[in-house]
Amino acid sequence: MIRVILPTHLWRLAKVDREISLELNGAATLGAVLDALEQQYPMLRGTIRDHATRERRPFIRFFIAGEDWSFEPWDKPLPDSIVTGAEPLRIVGAMAGG
Amino acid sequence: MSTIRVLVGTRKGGFILTSDAGRKEWKVEGPFFPGWEIYHIKGSPVNPDRIYASQTSGWFGQVIQRSDDGGKTWEPVGNEFSYNGVTATHQWFDGSQHPWEFARVWYLEPSLTDPETVYAGVEDAALFRSRDGGMTWEELSGLREVKGSLWQPGAGGLCLHTILQDPADPNRLYIAISAAGAFRSDDGGETWRPINNGLQSPFELPDPEAEVGHCVHNIALHPSRPNVLFMQKHWDVMRSDNAGDSWYEVSGNLPTDFGFPIAVHSHEPETVYVVPIKSDSEHYPPDGRLRVFRSRTGGNEWEALTDGLPQSNCYVNILRSAMAVDTLDPCGVYFGTTGGQVYVSPDAGDHWLPIVHDLPPVLSVEVQTLP
Repeated sequence: MIRVILPTHLWRLAKVDREISLELNGAATLGAVLDALEQQYPMLRGTIRDHATRERRPFIRFFIAGEDWSFEPWDKPLPDSIVTGAEPLRIVGAMAGG
Repeated sequence: MSTIRVLVGTRKGGFILTSDAGRKEWKVEGPFFPGWEIYHIKGSPVNPDRIYASQTSGWFGQVIQRSDDGGKTWEPVGNEFSYNGVTATHQWFDGSQHPWEFARVWYLEPSLTDPETVYAGVEDAALFRSRDGGMTWEELSGLREVKGSLWQPGAGGLCLHTILQDPADPNRLYIAISAAGAFRSDDGGETWRPINNGLQSPFELPDPEAEVGHCVHNIALHPSRPNVLFMQKHWDVMRSDNAGDSWYEVSGNLPTDFGFPIAVHSHEPETVYVVPIKSDSEHYPPDGRLRVFRSRTGGNEWEALTDGLPQSNCYVNILRSAMAVDTLDPCGVYFGTTGGQVYVSPDAGDHWLPIVHDLPPVLSVEVQTLP
């Protein structure tokens, strides 16, 4: 069970709590987490990754085990602390604006 | 007794303002979708409890919300806007060609006849249609084939911001784009022609009478006379008596003919409203006086409407989709400002009252007159 913390605007959009849990069937990667997230909550499609390119939207960041994974490949295996649910994967709206 | 429901989109959420036919006492609900930019909210004329909203964010992209209970509850529907066919290019600020990139939905136009059909005008400029209540969207890409390579973004982006349906002819649609101009389809949106003959843009275009490229800000029509169109252009207030085949200027005695919205009285097809703005480089009313101007002669002769509006130190703007009318008698006129005020005139513009003073900057105002 993988725990995911969503930014305020997205958990409100999905009408869930700030933290949700996801089951993965295959390899535990960031791409697989996002696939499962969009499958379970279709209203989040296009809000984290671009519909057409499937790339991360520019002002979205992924924080994993104290590191910024925003530029890591989608298929990089997640660390054990995320896979076991010991700590959450954070999807973050980047600081921007003023 | 009738109820008035005003749908307000702002930079930080949506609001619904309701009143009885007196239009003096108002209930304010919202913000809906707090923190998001709500570009436009509009209800279906066929089923007024079906309302569509464009919710958008630089962080999280585009969401379309739909309500089936008059705005009490909302559900997100389809948000995938994929351009059809070859990804064409349009002019970029530096004169180079730039590929079309979806940014947001500026305008939602529910069908006059089918609550499941709704049109969306988007940035980068294109027209989409949904026939399943907003769940899926298809581009009506014939529009971009009309010299799309010559379209260029205005300061607000290359946006399709106005969609009008001809109540007498379900196959006739009008749209407007900044900065490409006005276009008409006579076959339900499959093919299009530019309708910019008579527009003059000497300060914006090398050919002031170019077929496309004009910065049209807004177009309005009266349902009883859909061949007569009124346009607020970047500069100039224009009129067409032949469905846009040709235009002539009706700015007349306006203090400035720059502005954004234009609206037509719901019962008097020759009564038109504009809000003059000082200039393209100073987006606020001239002399710090917020004045709506009304023509009862279809243009050219305009009177200032000031009763209840600030007549000193007012430097707000009124954006292109932020003025609307109800269908009561007397006709109510509404507009929202970038200062967060929404004003109503329950008597066709003679007197004005603020409904709210302190909303976020208002992007759009639509009105529903409910039985």
